Amino acid sequence: MSDPVTALNHLSSGDGIAHIAEIGPLGMITLRGDLRARAIQAAAISIGRVEFPEMRHCNSAGENGIAWMSPDELLVMCPYAEVGEALTKMNTTLAGQHALAVNVSDARAVFQVTGPYLREVLAKLAPVDLDPGVFTPGMFRRTRLAQVPAAFWMRDDQTAQIICFRSVAKYVFDLLCMAAQPGSEVNHF
Amino acid sequence: MDKMLTLTCPCCNVTAEETEFHAGGEAHLKRFGPGSSDDEFESYLFTRKNPKGVHFERWRHNNGCGKWFHVARCTTSLEVFASYPAQTYAPPEDILVHIDTRRPGWRAKT
Amino acid sequence: MSTRLATGGRLLNKSKPLGFTFNGKQMRGYEGDTLASALLANDQMLVGRSFKYHRPRGIVAAGPEEPNALMNLGAEGRFEPNARATTTELFEGLEANSQNHWPSLEFDVGAINKHLSRFLPAGFYYKMFMYPRSFWKHVYEPFIRKSAGLGKAPKARDEDTYEHFYAFCDVLVVGGGVAGLQAAKTAGQTGARVIVMEQSEHWGGRALVDGGTVVDDGPVDKFVEQIFSELEAMDNVQLRSRCMGAGVYDHGYALGYERLSDHKPGRDGPRHRLWRVRASHVITATGALERPLSFAGNDIPGVMLAAAVRDYAVNFGVSVGDRTVVVTNNDNAYLTAISLKHAGLDVPAIIDARVLSQDSAQVAQAKALGIRVMMGHAIASVKGTKRVTGVEICAQAGEGAVLEEISCDAVAMSGGWSPVVHLWSHCGGKLRWDAVNACFSPDPDNPPKGVDGMGFVTPAGAASGVFALDDVLNDAHAAAEGVMTTLGLRLPKDSAAPVAEHRGDAPMAPVWMMPQGANVKLREKAWLDYQNDVKVSDVRLAAQEGFVSVEHAKRYTTLGMATDQGKLSNINGLATLAGALDTDIPNVGTTTFRPPYHPISMAAIAGEAKGHVFQPIRRTPMHDWHNNNGAEWEPVGAWRRPYAYPKPGESTHNAVMREVTNTREKLGLLDASTLGKLIVKGPDAGRFLDMMYTNMMSTLKIGKCRYGLMCSENGFLIDDGVVARIDADTWLCHTTTGGAENIHGHMEEWLQTEWWDWNVYVANVTEQYAQVAVVGPNARKALEKLGGMDVSREALGFMEWADGDLGGFKCRVYRISFSGELSYEIAVDAAQGQAFWDALMVAGNDLGVMPYGTEALHILRAEKGFIMIGDETDGTVIPQDLGLHWAISKKKEDFLGKRAQERSHMTDPARWKLVGLETTDGSTLPDGAYAVATGTNANGQRNVQGRVTSSYHSPTLGKGIAMGLVLNGPDRMGEVITFPGTDGKDYDARIVDPVFYDKEGEKQNV
Repeated sequence: MSDPVTALNHLSSGDGIAHIAEIGPLGMITLRGDLRARAIQAAAISIGRVEFPEMRHCNSAGENGIAWMSPDELLVMCPYAEVGEALTKMNTTLAGQHALAVNVSDARAVFQVTGPYLREVLAKLAPVDLDPGVFTPGMFRRTRLAQVPAAFWMRDDQTAQIICFRSVAKYVFDLLCMAAQPGSEVNHF
Repeated sequence: MDKMLTLTCPCCNVTAEETEFHAGGEAHLKRFGPGSSDDEFESYLFTRKNPKGVHFERWRHNNGCGKWFHVARCTTSLEVFASYPAQTYAPPEDILVHIDTRRPGWRAKT
Repeated sequence: MSTRLATGGRLLNKSKPLGFTFNGKQMRGYEGDTLASALLANDQMLVGRSFKYHRPRGIVAAGPEEPNALMNLGAEGRFEPNARATTTELFEGLEANSQNHWPSLEFDVGAINKHLSRFLPAGFYYKMFMYPRSFWKHVYEPFIRKSAGLGKAPKARDEDTYEHFYAFCDVLVVGGGVAGLQAAKTAGQTGARVIVMEQSEHWGGRALVDGGTVVDDGPVDKFVEQIFSELEAMDNVQLRSRCMGAGVYDHGYALGYERLSDHKPGRDGPRHRLWRVRASHVITATGALERPLSFAGNDIPGVMLAAAVRDYAVNFGVSVGDRTVVVTNNDNAYLTAISLKHAGLDVPAIIDARVLSQDSAQVAQAKALGIRVMMGHAIASVKGTKRVTGVEICAQAGEGAVLEEISCDAVAMSGGWSPVVHLWSHCGGKLRWDAVNACFSPDPDNPPKGVDGMGFVTPAGAASGVFALDDVLNDAHAAAEGVMTTLGLRLPKDSAAPVAEHRGDAPMAPVWMMPQGANVKLREKAWLDYQNDVKVSDVRLAAQEGFVSVEHAKRYTTLGMATDQGKLSNINGLATLAGALDTDIPNVGTTTFRPPYHPISMAAIAGEAKGHVFQPIRRTPMHDWHNNNGAEWEPVGAWRRPYAYPKPGESTHNAVMREVTNTREKLGLLDASTLGKLIVKGPDAGRFLDMMYTNMMSTLKIGKCRYGLMCSENGFLIDDGVVARIDADTWLCHTTTGGAENIHGHMEEWLQTEWWDWNVYVANVTEQYAQVAVVGPNARKALEKLGGMDVSREALGFMEWADGDLGGFKCRVYRISFSGELSYEIAVDAAQGQAFWDALMVAGNDLGVMPYGTEALHILRAEKGFIMIGDETDGTVIPQDLGLHWAISKKKEDFLGKRAQERSHMTDPARWKLVGLETTDGSTLPDGAYAVATGTNANGQRNVQGRVTSSYHSPTLGKGIAMGLVLNGPDRMGEVITFPGTDGKDYDARIVDPVFYDKEGEKQNV
């Protein structure tokens, strides 16, 4: 194996009203199952190493985390190098359970948008209420960014993490740069 | 601008604009497969209600949690009466009762 | 003449002079000017020509309702047609050019049309351009095209960028006049999220020109200053100037059009921002528009709206004329006369159509200033051509007998005020007729209804039909209070409307024609719609010809069409129609108000979607390599796939031929990453896949692959691909490129909505993998050179898969073939894709490796008679048509499409069936060509008996090969049928077996 290559090889841009950077590679596992089942929760927590998230939330700590994707789906995050082992471990925990755990680390691209205007950058692309009183760090939103599906959450007030499909990474990066172009502050939030 | 409705997905509780959703046509169709009569199959495959007023529809939260759900909606005023799970064979009674209050006498018309 | 006054101009910064050009002529203005005010200051009253008659047109208004002053603005990448001079802020270097004139504004050839005006009546286009038919192409259409539209289309690429912004609020207030500001304050006091949009760069609206006194604050400008600073201090209130509320739509959706750099071209950031707002409630504080009066010559440059004349004097220190006659049916226009007088200008007379029993305060003040007030009078006719020179006065009650002539160079007219009801009406709000003010105003009982079925728009101030300052403030406060109550928010106890002094205006009197009994000759010169050249006589003619519906009359006459959208012409037109139909105005009703309120740029609607982010392009992990190695791209869905890799100097066709031959003889690599890959897992997965596919997937052995067909419930073929059994309850389903999302959705739909009790999970892992097809006689050698897992025939047979390691890459290898050659499709993690491809290129170096593109892929598969979804299928083809009976299970009781395939039409033996086609002369059949049969159909067209679905030149066979669907085709082997081409040639082709190459399939099995 050679060194893993992310979709954009860590392309970044800091010219505008927010800093945009492709990060990764990150370990990501799609886990489908009955989210109320103990084994599912245990499998998620053992790899994600955070508390089990509420509906539409993402708990994260460093490269680990668990995002609530749908009533029967989680995205479990861990360091990229640990995914193989994590899947084996999960599948052991899930033995006998109707569940599906698959590696999607390379199927996604991950971006971080940082800076005081990150809410505005997102609000130019996603039909989502990003008011600080409404969308708070830890909430997870699956939606669209302009013309492609994407998901994001805020790690803190100044940092948003965005996940999209790998094939459209360049499009999403370009969109974010456009939305963050110099002089485009809205001063709305 | 088209796609102007807002809907609430009962699977993830998100209220979002129509661009997050995909319309899936009439709800509560009964599938007819092999062994069904020509009439049954025709009605399943082709015969659709096109009411002016209360309608039950299928929608998918495709730019979201990905789940299908049902919506009770007025096709003329665009009022949304309720959304409810796709895993039902008929609209829940409490929703029907709510529609009664909003559109008295609607049941007689359908 | 119009000129700059020594005093006045509250919006000007006279320390900042600005230079600009109009039709190439250098002019000067000040910061704070609009283009219109600056033109007037330079005595440029003539600004354009009308649409039909090319009559001289002057500035009429001072706001977005301006019908005439439409300009071509800027140049090259910043050229924009149809910009209104009245809403264009002046900046240094602005270039404006007038529109719709030839050869020049001053001398226009098209003006000859005015002498033909009696031949250009209402419905002229419909009547004139019908016959003879042969004239259409060479006479009528060029004429209409030349006449159509006012501005020029931009030719250069737009240099600017645009964006959308999604905003959410409790209350959106549209309009930043005193009503909007008061409504925002009242709403803001509850802590609600409030957005206020003001279309201009200034807050306070008309009140700052018209004056008034608010008891606690003093003059109204002090009140505006005070309330604005209060609003600015509220964190929950957002004030946006230069941002027009453009439209109100379903479920609280509203659009705001923010102009960020129109006044500062080239500034950083986007030029326009389209606000896509979701508001719980919208308050329309959109004010009112003054109406013109209908009298002969009311379109001659120098005839303007009375309030506009006042605006130019007060806001911009511009006098539109030295001697201005005011003509009115209401008290409001007296403010114009008074302000002109205060500015030292001459007002020879106020012509008032009313007869008042006693003087109101305004009338008294005008008289006290020495202005001659002529009650019960009217303008019979305006004198002048390119500029007003005087007016002829008559009695309003009469037929136009001239009593006297007054010389003047401007006429300020006021026919009363109409609330701006556009935004209220956009989403279905109904109107009611207000007989006192002779206007339509929002009917509070019939508001636009939102997602909950409740009204979500409330008008405030003049927009709701109240016009005096004290009424406006009361109304705005009450409107906001009502809205907050419906939203469940409470106002502070001491919240109250500010008290303003009442100004006792006398009632207006409706005047729809001046004079009342104007004869045809006068009516033919009384304009209703300046922009579209519609006169009182046209509307009467339309009524006479039976266009009794207002919507029909509008289209027949073009009244209120285009950018006017009923702003100036609406009520006068309706009243004229009502008069002609001998009914009253409410009976005629209004036309539909459509968004946007005022034109917005197309680019703002597109937002960020232009240039490199016009649409998403999907790229595989090897995209850059393909690009660097000369790939010509083929769009497949949103993906870009290499079509072929022509070498320098090589034609695309030759490259394709080379790629096919090299793959057949040596070794080809294909980037197959775009193929969909779906994991289907669960105790019911086998059962589920048996429903999804026409063939049996539950019996597939672990480690094996099977080609599967997928149909819709209609029976039609929708997708195909190879399915691999991974373990006891897991399958991996390959879909077509671009099919992954659809088929994933299709599976989820059936699982969620029909068989929700089945235990199956599906995951789309398409992009997790880079997949490479290693194809050709040297394929195995190349993999063996990489080293690692055993890929021998014994270890990995045809239609088997295995996980392993090749050249140090963890991979899954499928021994499947879409080319008929020895072939391995190898999936590695996407993050390894490029490195793996590189390794294959190195390993294949001595083995003749070459990449091949989608066209070679197509030829390779066509030589083998393999179907392609989208070529052999088009949404009406069932697998049986394609001879794929072997892939349709007869054992299964049910699968999607099975019942449909039993319908009589589907089992009809006359359905066209797949065959191979070979031209008799070796040429290539035109793709899509139809085979003709004897006789003709009901339309006199030749009968057909088949069509070409795929056609290529096969380098392997050295001739054209094709597949097609032909009537009784499989029973007609050897028969020659004829395909006429669009090139005029007939192509004779023999019906043959669709498998042209290696019929026994020996090569893929080695």
